[in-house]
Amino acid sequence: MGKRIVLCFLFPFFYFYSSATEWKVGGNESMKTIHDALAAADSGDVIVVSEGVYREGEIVISKPLSLTGKKNAVLDGEMKYQVITVKASHVTIDGFIIQNSGYSDIHELSGIRLENVQQCIIRNNHLINNYFGIYFANSTYCSVIQNVIEGNAKTESSSGNGIHLWKSSNNFLSHNHISGHRDGIYFEFVKHSKIMANLSEKNLRYGLHFMFSDNDTYRYNIFRNNGSGVAVMYTQHVFMSDNIFENNWGGAAYGLLLKEISYSEIVNNTFRKNTIGIYMEGSSKTKVHRNNMQHNGWALRILGDCSGDTIVENNFSGNTFDVATNATMNMNYFHSNYWDHYSGYDLNHDQVGDVPFHPVSLYSKITEDAPYALMLLHSFFVDLMDETEKVMPTITPEQFRDDAPLMKPVKL
Amino acid sequence: MMKILKYVIYDVLRSKMIIAYTLFLFLLSSGLFWMNTDSGKTVVSLLHVILLVVPLISIVFGTIHYYNSREFTELLLAQPINRNKIFLGEYAGLSCSLAFALLAGMGVPVLISGSGEAAVYLVVVGILLTFIFTALAFLASVRSTDKARGIGTALLLWFYFAVLFDGIVLSILFYFNDYPLEKPVLFLTALNPVDLARVITLLKLDTSALMGYTGALYQKFFGSAWGISIAMLLLLLWLYVPLTWAKRIFFRKDL
Amino acid sequence: MIRIEGLDKSFGKLAVLKNINLSFERGQIISLIGPNGSGKTTLIKCILGLVMPDHGKIFFGDKNILGSWDYRSQIGYMPQIGRYPEQMQIQQIFSMMRDLRSTHHDVDEELIHSFQLPGIFKKRMGTLSGGTRQKVSASLSFLFNPDMMILDEPTAGLDPLSAEILKNKILKEKANNKLTLITSHNMSEVEELADRIIFIVDGDVKFFKTVGELKSETGENKLGKALAKITGS
Repeated sequence: MGKRIVLCFLFPFFYFYSSATEWKVGGNESMKTIHDALAAADSGDVIVVSEGVYREGEIVISKPLSLTGKKNAVLDGEMKYQVITVKASHVTIDGFIIQNSGYSDIHELSGIRLENVQQCIIRNNHLINNYFGIYFANSTYCSVIQNVIEGNAKTESSSGNGIHLWKSSNNFLSHNHISGHRDGIYFEFVKHSKIMANLSEKNLRYGLHFMFSDNDTYRYNIFRNNGSGVAVMYTQHVFMSDNIFENNWGGAAYGLLLKEISYSEIVNNTFRKNTIGIYMEGSSKTKVHRNNMQHNGWALRILGDCSGDTIVENNFSGNTFDVATNATMNMNYFHSNYWDHYSGYDLNHDQVGDVPFHPVSLYSKITEDAPYALMLLHSFFVDLMDETEKVMPTITPEQFRDDAPLMKPVKL
Repeated sequence: MMKILKYVIYDVLRSKMIIAYTLFLFLLSSGLFWMNTDSGKTVVSLLHVILLVVPLISIVFGTIHYYNSREFTELLLAQPINRNKIFLGEYAGLSCSLAFALLAGMGVPVLISGSGEAAVYLVVVGILLTFIFTALAFLASVRSTDKARGIGTALLLWFYFAVLFDGIVLSILFYFNDYPLEKPVLFLTALNPVDLARVITLLKLDTSALMGYTGALYQKFFGSAWGISIAMLLLLLWLYVPLTWAKRIFFRKDL
Repeated sequence: MIRIEGLDKSFGKLAVLKNINLSFERGQIISLIGPNGSGKTTLIKCILGLVMPDHGKIFFGDKNILGSWDYRSQIGYMPQIGRYPEQMQIQQIFSMMRDLRSTHHDVDEELIHSFQLPGIFKKRMGTLSGGTRQKVSASLSFLFNPDMMILDEPTAGLDPLSAEILKNKILKEKANNKLTLITSHNMSEVEELADRIIFIVDGDVKFFKTVGELKSETGENKLGKALAKITGS
């Protein structure tokens, strides 16, 4: 008793949970189904589910309680049902294998769906072959941690997203591994949320799809081998740092697509082997600082409607084209970047090149006007032309220039 | 023919120029593989060499060889041997030697580095270009008795295919940009063996995605087994036509 | 053995051979003389099939040589300038020629030995002097026991001793009932060897006579003088 008082004093929440009733569900337990346990349990109780495959149709949780799966506790939707629907706040779902949700053209059936709730935790689950993986509707202050979410998407129209948030704010997603869905992570009208250290790969469309979602942060994520990369659209104040965007190859693929973005920051990311590293359309006042742009087709494609963006202290190396644009005017600021295509000199040894660098090459400009000219990629004539233009610029837009190109890469 | 081929190979493989060529290719490609960790980038660098140096060496060396072995060819012609056999023997001997130099100089480093399908294609199209440009060299040579003029023609041919042609294509694409050009683009590619070789290799690299819509079109065409066969067939045609033309001239030529 | 009928050849506008009619038999040594550029080498090349005539026919035996090549197994040819694959050794040149002609029997290696070529068999062709290359060419032209030899300026680059060896060989083969066609600018050599002379100027055969006929017609004892007299007139 004395011990319990001490614990209660030190860890009040711990005490709250440990004092709750624990219901055991399993073939060898008195409770055979989760439905029975849910009906019997009170708020704050814990339901522990033993190994076994549970086919119970849709499991609806409408009390604040904790549902814990032991090893190989499988919840199966039999390709007909939504597996779990959470309709109460303070629910924890931990340790399950959740599989085979139904597919519907009308309802967005999911592995786990949260509706109008707060402070729920979804962790350590393995979601396999669900239409949508985890679906948030109008839910806040929830966490999705360390789940593995594997879809089986064949076509964009017949598949759902891995983690889907709609009208939900202040949520926290971390250390999830999402693959094989339409979009790995999907945000629509989501504010003040954080996406940290997730791996999103081999999804049909986007690794991360972001719309009308202001003031969100995503850091330390890896997005790779997705159909067309990561798209961030119609949003302000997004902070993106320390992410890796790689291997997004394809006719219309990119590492990061920015559309109508403002007051955002893209810092310390690595863009490697993407057809287009960053594609900027209608972006403004956005910082692109200290990123590594390596071995992309086009490192940066910046359209004429972008303005006030700053591209500073990035490393451009091994890209086929450094910067492409359809603009003749430059309303953005390029400064202090390292360009491996730069062939200027540094007489005063201040590590800053003495002549400006023009990152839009002649060939890049030509292909902008005449896309078919891309058939001459790596042709000697084109290389020759580019070199000549470098020495005596006549056609490439004069305003696109970095006045202080670095002689050595920025250490990141 | 096989006998002549054998003796020409024996002679050419011992010449200083072919040894220098092999060594150059070997040092260049192993150096590139060694310095560059990214094999895709190395393949692109090697592609530039293949598209520029291989045709140049093949056509110049081919022309020089033709003129230098004129007296020997005469001696062979005074023997009871069919003219066509002498011509084809000389051609096959020289082009096989050059192809062997390429295989030893570039093929070996490529094989050791194990850099995948694109690199293998690179060596294959390099060998085809060797055969094509040696044939063009012989065509330039048989058409002119004057050595300087022959070498001049050969250099012009090289300049046209390796450099100028793409300039012409670029202007065409630029001026007719508003028209649907997908079919003309394919057609234009087929008109130059160097471009064919470049496109075939590029399609095996992930940079092909850069070619966007045109690339997708190429990919659709050349990506299939059927398309790649057609491309190879076109290259073989580029070999067959100049060679047969040169052979016909040689057959009725006064020496 | 060889019959030439109405042979015409022009290079572009320049008529090099004009209506040539000649015929040679076995056991003869025929000397083809004339100024530089008169068409001697072209005539030889026509017989060898190296140059295609515009008109006219050449018969070897009874066969028209046009488009045919097997008759050349009966001809040994020594070119004016012999050049060979530079990286090959002398020995390899001989074995290559034997290989190319598929002849492995009945070869005449007399000249190879009298020129003492076996001592330098391992030398590469590219390193040889012009004279030594001429020796190789000469040896090759006799190697296959042909019925007819065509020798273009055979002694031009040879030292006197080697020239003598070659001349003796030519005379010896005449005794074997072979036909030899020689071009030469050296009158004493022509006088020594030839029994018939073709004199050709600007593609025209001025005359085709035996040495005896020439001397008696001009009353001169020396061939050179006889020629000077007949061409001067």
